[in-house]
Amino acid sequence: MKNWLTYSLLFITLISCSSEENSEENAYVPIPFQLEIPPLFEEKLIDPIIPVTNKLTVEGVALGKRLFFDNILSVNNTKACASCHSPQHAFADPSQFSVGVTNIEGTRNSMPLFNLAWNFDDRYFWDGHALGLENQALEPVVDANELGNDSWQPIEAKLNNHPEYPQLFKQAFGSSTITKTLVTKAIAQFERTLISGNSKFDKFSNGEVALTPQEQNGLDVFMDETRGDCFHCHGNPNNPLWTDNKFHNNGLDATFSDLGFGLVTGNPNDNGKFKSPSLRNLAYTAPFMHDGRFATLDQVIEHYSTGLQASSTIDPLMKKVAQGGVNLSEQDKADLKAFLLTLSDPSFLNNQAFLPE
Amino acid sequence: MKKTIALLLLLAITFSCNEDMDDNTTLSASVNFKFTHNWNNTPINSANLDTETVTNANGEVINMIRFRYLTSKFKLTNTAGDTYSFDGFKFTDLAQDDSYNFIPDINGIPSGTYTLSFIWGFNEEDNIDGAYPTLNSASWNWPEMLGGGYHFLQFDGMYNVDTPNPSPFNFHNGTARVTDGLFEQNFATIVLDTPIIITNEATIEVKMNIAELFTNPNTWDLNVLDTPLMPNYDAQKMMQENILSVFSIGEITQ
Ligand code: HEC
Ligand code: HEC
Repeated sequence: MKNWLTYSLLFITLISCSSEENSEENAYVPIPFQLEIPPLFEEKLIDPIIPVTNKLTVEGVALGKRLFFDNILSVNNTKACASCHSPQHAFADPSQFSVGVTNIEGTRNSMPLFNLAWNFDDRYFWDGHALGLENQALEPVVDANELGNDSWQPIEAKLNNHPEYPQLFKQAFGSSTITKTLVTKAIAQFERTLISGNSKFDKFSNGEVALTPQEQNGLDVFMDETRGDCFHCHGNPNNPLWTDNKFHNNGLDATFSDLGFGLVTGNPNDNGKFKSPSLRNLAYTAPFMHDGRFATLDQVIEHYSTGLQASSTIDPLMKKVAQGGVNLSEQDKADLKAFLLTLSDPSFLNNQAFLPE
Repeated sequence: MKKTIALLLLLAITFSCNEDMDDNTTLSASVNFKFTHNWNNTPINSANLDTETVTNANGEVINMIRFRYLTSKFKLTNTAGDTYSFDGFKFTDLAQDDSYNFIPDINGIPSGTYTLSFIWGFNEEDNIDGAYPTLNSASWNWPEMLGGGYHFLQFDGMYNVDTPNPSPFNFHNGTARVTDGLFEQNFATIVLDTPIIITNEATIEVKMNIAELFTNPNTWDLNVLDTPLMPNYDAQKMMQENILSVFSIGEITQ
């Protein structure tokens, strides 16, 4: 009996607490956002990484998208993230080197943005120097050649004085005081929704379409240790990310003007290593490699076939370096290309959820 | 006051329980496995994997770059012949210290004297193409054209690094292809005879001497067999033989 009383009291207290909160204006609770994970990813891969400190919400994702496309983040209101990460190019940039507010070229090719929540080591940029997507997003805003601000302070001020943003932040994060931490959280939420999993090859994996004989032979070249041997770094039909997200030297140069991963780890054995890019959406992401040196896929394939450069850190998987490369036949090169193009996903470019309103 | 009494009672119960268990000879001890790696007694770990220069039995001087392997079906057998099996598999990446230990989910065995056995790679029953998300996510798959399933070992490095012409080797082990479309299982059952006396929560050290991969019974000549080895039936079978002498029992801490 006594217990019963205690429980009822407790219950009443709880109810009264929650109704009190509801009546308060600032207690808007954002709606959890359900990621649409392709069934193939669900089946083959471990769960995407969503930090507990930045769960996805409908309001947070929408706010992140608006910020991603908004020139307000640049020093002179001329550039946005999307200026160098264009949806029509799977969020990469067709120029070899992107230009920011200064119109001065950077030194690396912009990277496409998709399936970032499955980058399990959570290292970003070609050299992996940023840990976590939230941290990554801190940089472009204050990079002199990108969005060009001296610090985050003027951006925070601009956003706080904006007629709409404070309300949107309040809905997404419960606070109308806009800080760089909240800005990067929102952007990272949006970036984690950029999922590409609907290529011809995905449909083939799901048993919906067949590959042509050329594409099938191209897959065999890709998977065959005696021919292309691409799969040790770039995924395989059971790893639909089509990358290992690890750092390798794939034999581009004999000496390095950009030390890449070595600059980050301080280990000279890592010099000249860069993150393996995903081979999804290559139809839209030219030019290729960290410095955008190859304009076409044919050039990339020729690199692996005959163009390898030896160096002290070249990956041992570039095993035919002494012969210049894997020396594919003309037929195998053409078929490999046909296969690679089956990994492109046109529905990713036209997904309304990823385009500015 | 009431609380204090309750606490005291709880303490008393806990202690008495402990005592009970101490008297009890069929105490359930949990066991963990800790893998250590060496090259003929030189410890190899994430700190020196890519800096150590080593020499194999055939005399080639080697730099190691990448070393990952798979073991499964851990089993302890006591002197009475009772076996205790541990679920799960162990995927070890020498570049990642946190992959060296294997803490089985379901755990707890009676104290006693045991020997350890486990499977190198996956046996046929477990080696199911694409079935393990953690391994797929690590791109650990073995190509379908070679029988599918998973790699057992990926050992990449350079040999003849003491000459002007170092060459790469890709010492990869998995299912063996006899001919197109015909495959032969290639796992190995590792049985370690050293008695392991378990009285309490125990950590069993399993030592891996990497040099043995190139030693016994087949003295490996990298100049002949460097790459590609995955589709090479004879190379795959020689690896299966050599793996048997790679592991041994180290220290038992409890
Ligand atoms: C001026 C062009 C430019 C602008 C503006 C820009 N980026 Fe980038 N972005 C790049 C380049 C170039 C790289 C690769 C740089 C490197 O690796 O050093 C990159 C890399 C990235 C990556 C790493 C992807 C990966 O897979 O590792 C992310 C994420 C990213 N940008 C997000 C953003 C966001 C968010 C913004 C806006 C806040 C932004 N970028 C603005 C050019 C730009
Ligand atoms: C040792 C690992 C490794 C292997 C094996 C490998 N690659 Fe790469 N690949 C990389 C790395 C690392 C990069 C990025 C290098 C850079 O930019 O410096 C890359 C870049 C690429 C790119 C450019 C993508 C982009 O968005 O810029 C393509 C296409 C590509 N590889 C295809 C292949 C093909 C086809 C094969 C097999 C013939 C192959 N790779 C084998 C590691 C590898």
